[in-house]
Amino acid sequence: MAKKESTFINMVLTLFLVTAAASFTLATVYNLTAEPIAQAREAKRQFAISQVVPEFDRLESKNFLPPDGGDSLEFNFAYMNNELVGIAVNTWTNRGYSGRITAMVGFYPDGRIFDVVHLQHKETPGLGDKIDKSKSDWSDQFKGIDPETTTLKVRKDNGDIDAITAATITARAYCDAIQRAYDTFADHVLSQTKQEGEPEL
Amino acid sequence: MKQWKIFTKGFIKDNPVFILLLGLCPALGVTTSAFNGLGMGLATTFVLLGSNTVVSIIKNVIPNKVRIPSFIVIIASFVTIVQLTMEAFLPDLFESLGLFIPLIVVNCLVMGRAEAFASKNNIGSSIVDALGMGLGFTLALTMLGGLREILGAYSIFGIQLIPGVTDGMLVFVLAPGAFIGMGYLIILFNYLKKKTA
Repeated sequence: MAKKESTFINMVLTLFLVTAAASFTLATVYNLTAEPIAQAREAKRQFAISQVVPEFDRLESKNFLPPDGGDSLEFNFAYMNNELVGIAVNTWTNRGYSGRITAMVGFYPDGRIFDVVHLQHKETPGLGDKIDKSKSDWSDQFKGIDPETTTLKVRKDNGDIDAITAATITARAYCDAIQRAYDTFADHVLSQTKQEGEPEL
Repeated sequence: MKQWKIFTKGFIKDNPVFILLLGLCPALGVTTSAFNGLGMGLATTFVLLGSNTVVSIIKNVIPNKVRIPSFIVIIASFVTIVQLTMEAFLPDLFESLGLFIPLIVVNCLVMGRAEAFASKNNIGSSIVDALGMGLGFTLALTMLGGLREILGAYSIFGIQLIPGVTDGMLVFVLAPGAFIGMGYLIILFNYLKKKTA
């Protein structure tokens, strides 16, 4: 085997060629996949929005900062025949059992919750992952409630929400995420619609 | 005949997970279901195939002292290719495996085969070795994932075994179940290895 000598110039040249070839290949693959990846992410977002608001034909997105600080939330205003039918809020919490949980919360224009779906979580399989709609109907209890009159806390904390058996921390975190969405929603959207009189339904 | 031997050694005799005990991090981490195990195994097989092929092609032009950094760059490139392709075309699988894909870079199985086999053998044998080892790894992960899914959720590949019963022995879905299941499968494979030897 005519192996190359490990001289300085040989080593530098080899590493340079290997990394250059790797960079070129990765750049090519990145360019080829950039569009399908963007499409897949967009499809996922659209699907999540369509689950938490009534039927719509037009979307408008805007970002608002939550009142207690932290990352801004993405509000997706859903219109049907130019009438506001729902608002899907992309919300988050850092209080999950295993870190950040993101969820999509849908509101009616009057502030009631239409539905909630999780987007990403790393909760314990079999326990905390009951926030996933495909695993359990636990999150159905948020349907139709008005956070102004319902306390978004688990019963253990004197709230109105049933916790998940053996995963109270996850349930608390989910309530926290929904509360954050509602607070921001109340600050930026509800206060305006109330000034202008009855929201158009 | 020699190639056949190289191919089949990865299944029982030198099974990467249960006999060589390589790549235990993904083997324990992602195998909460048979499907996850299969997906991770096939992704690793692809990376192994790519890295073994390239390493055996360029083994003679790489100076000895910089071979490890070169191998790591090659492996990392293939892992990134798998990650981007999976996110683009298999978003559902990516959602459950995405977190673990970058870990293939540090899977000692891939590095081990590049260093111990591909850098000393020709392309043909290296490809056969990658396929055998990769499929052996896939077999191991699918078996462990299947065992944990059957005991932990009473289902296999997402199909319920007992209609209406979804809560199995939760411990098998959680981390301790991975170690318990792994232990019993190691016993089984050592038994099989002794029998076939």
